[in-house]
Amino acid sequence: MTTDTQYAPGSYPDLPPPPSTVGVVGWLRANLFTNTTNTLLTVLALYILYVILPPVFSWVFFNANFIGDTRESCDGGGACWVFINSRLSQFIYGFYPEAERWRVDSTFYLLIALMIPMFMNSFRHKAWLGAFILFIYPVIGFYLLAGGVFGLVEVETTQWGGLSLTLIISIVGIVGSFPIGLLLALGRRSKMPAVSTFCTGFIELWRGVPLITVLFMSSVMFPLFLPEGVNFDKLIRALVGVTLFTSAYMAETVRGGLQAIPKGQYEGAEALGLSYWKSMSFIILPQALKHVIPGIVGNCIGLFKDTTLVLIIGLFDFLGIVQAATTDPKWLGFAVEGYVFCAFVYWVFCFSMSQYSQSIERKLHTGHKR
Amino acid sequence: MNKEESAGPPPSTTKPWNDPAVRSIFFQAVLLVTVVTFGMYIFGNTAANLEKQGIATGFGFLDTTAGFGIITHLIEYNESSSYGRAFFVGLINTLLMAFTGIVAATIIGVVIGISRLSKNWLVSRLAMVYVETFRNIPLLLQIFFWYAAILRPLPSPKNSINPIDGLFLNNRGLYLPSSIPEDGFTLVIIALVIAIVGVVIMTKWAHKRQDATGQQFHTFYASLGLIIGLPFLAMVVTGFPLSWEMPVLKGFNFVGGTSITPEFIALWVSLSIYTASFIAEIVRAGIQAVDHGQSEAAHALGVKSAPTLRLVILPQALRVIIPPLASQYLNLTKNSSLATAIAYPDLVSVFTGTVLNQTGQAVEIISITMAVYLSISLGISMFMNWYNAKMALVER
Repeated sequence: MTTDTQYAPGSYPDLPPPPSTVGVVGWLRANLFTNTTNTLLTVLALYILYVILPPVFSWVFFNANFIGDTRESCDGGGACWVFINSRLSQFIYGFYPEAERWRVDSTFYLLIALMIPMFMNSFRHKAWLGAFILFIYPVIGFYLLAGGVFGLVEVETTQWGGLSLTLIISIVGIVGSFPIGLLLALGRRSKMPAVSTFCTGFIELWRGVPLITVLFMSSVMFPLFLPEGVNFDKLIRALVGVTLFTSAYMAETVRGGLQAIPKGQYEGAEALGLSYWKSMSFIILPQALKHVIPGIVGNCIGLFKDTTLVLIIGLFDFLGIVQAATTDPKWLGFAVEGYVFCAFVYWVFCFSMSQYSQSIERKLHTGHKR
Repeated sequence: MNKEESAGPPPSTTKPWNDPAVRSIFFQAVLLVTVVTFGMYIFGNTAANLEKQGIATGFGFLDTTAGFGIITHLIEYNESSSYGRAFFVGLINTLLMAFTGIVAATIIGVVIGISRLSKNWLVSRLAMVYVETFRNIPLLLQIFFWYAAILRPLPSPKNSINPIDGLFLNNRGLYLPSSIPEDGFTLVIIALVIAIVGVVIMTKWAHKRQDATGQQFHTFYASLGLIIGLPFLAMVVTGFPLSWEMPVLKGFNFVGGTSITPEFIALWVSLSIYTASFIAEIVRAGIQAVDHGQSEAAHALGVKSAPTLRLVILPQALRVIIPPLASQYLNLTKNSSLATAIAYPDLVSVFTGTVLNQTGQAVEIISITMAVYLSISLGISMFMNWYNAKMALVER
């Protein structure tokens, strides 16, 4: 050993850290095998993974069948993705006539094209574009999908379905519920007793009941509310129900943001002589909404998941159409494949939304973290 | 919009339409008139429509004979019972589902939530995968998956899965032995009650002793011994007054014992797993909300990690956890209405489904259903307000 070597003060060489604390071994010791309990937990977790993962992987990939047209091509003993493959277009478009499906595509492509500038920092006319998306685009989209004008073949809403219907309901629900929720939140905090009582009652009523009763109400009770002869179709009634339901949740989220704004901001706006609506739209709401973006995205995820409930009142959304396909006599016995595929699609949508909201949360988070 | 400011000195130059007080009254009047007009419009339309379609109104239908059967009923019910009775059967089934679901979801959720904070990398990752998977898949889809993909394809009663003697799982449900109390069983129950009272008294005594002398008492083991030991002693004395009725295969189905329908299992499992993923996040956030200084201080005082969690972290974390937890319980109760998709006879399925189809009295039935859920949720929020007031930090 060279312990006897004499070093001048300050010239002692840096020794490497002990090998058991760095690299793979060090990481394993620090994270998996700290002590007996931890080691036991690790072993247990590994055992659970050993039990679950191999069968799942072999079912999903190794023994699965991907190519073919009929159920006869499924002989691997694993998942039969042929079923999904042959039904994919129906899962996306529902019973929308095949020749007209470009209209569904173009509706969504148009929306995506319009949304891209909204996320670009250099784009200057966001307010105009936003107004266009909010007010003009829905009209264009509706006529594109429903047809009946400009030589487009009319497609009844009963033929709409699949993933596109799910997206339509979610987007309409989100876009419609946001302004209503905003007004309800402002109303609930209003100093006028009649306004605040009305808004509080409205919010608590919708928040207190399950969505399914709201949908039942929209399908059974709405027709009774309307005068003789006037009747909306089922989809529009469901959309009204979903929008009102979500707006109550939206209102509570926005109210949380409004409450987080210090009183000085309200007083400052008043001192500048701004009217109520001006102080709200230029001072209070921009700050309040920034705080509650994660909550609003959370509401959107909730709504997206809740759109599945419309199948109970007889609309064929994505889940509804998958469920209907699993009962098709030609493809009986492939329910697991159908549901797993459906779950995967929903998961991708919801997970990416929640990741987006978390990234915003991190961006806005300026506190101390340990 | 401030009334105090407008009530200035008498020679006011403000025009009436610029006076906030006047404006406020005007806006409120407009709102009231709109709401009332809209309400009367709807009421008039509804009355006209009902008359046109010849649908009866009022709550008289509740006494009419229902004429349909309900598989799961905890109270006496048969086809000649009234609609009112069917309503209560559905309500009790909803409450049963809510209660069992809340218990299971809480247990799973707390375990997963604490695992997510584990220092063990693998365990915390597994918990994260659980949370991210189940909370991002629609509940209805999970219910269908359990019901149609797992429980329905189970073997027929003849080829039941029989893991332990007396327990049978097949596509008609889960069959368990049922216990039948015999003479002398009341003594066992009395023993149990005495044990519980004993535990309460002992806990108070142990607290008092610890406050006075600082000595600790193993309350947990002592109570466990009391609660298990005393009834067991009573059982031995009375000679085990409990017999088991085994489910037996007769013809195409099982007879005897207790049976749990696949609908109940599917709904219960999926509700618990789904809600547990939210509860896990609440528990994690609650524990993380407790300042690090608290656990560091406890460690500095020489308290071990288990008592630190139990005596220092959890009591403070509960203050953060309980309000969102209650709202999850409420969500679970409301989500149990998805039962109607797989025909578990809950309130919505029985009352808003079958009874509504038979009587057509949509307005009354949907109002009653909504009123039930509203009162449950108002009850829980009243409890929350009381709890918050009780638990709020008392500061100087």
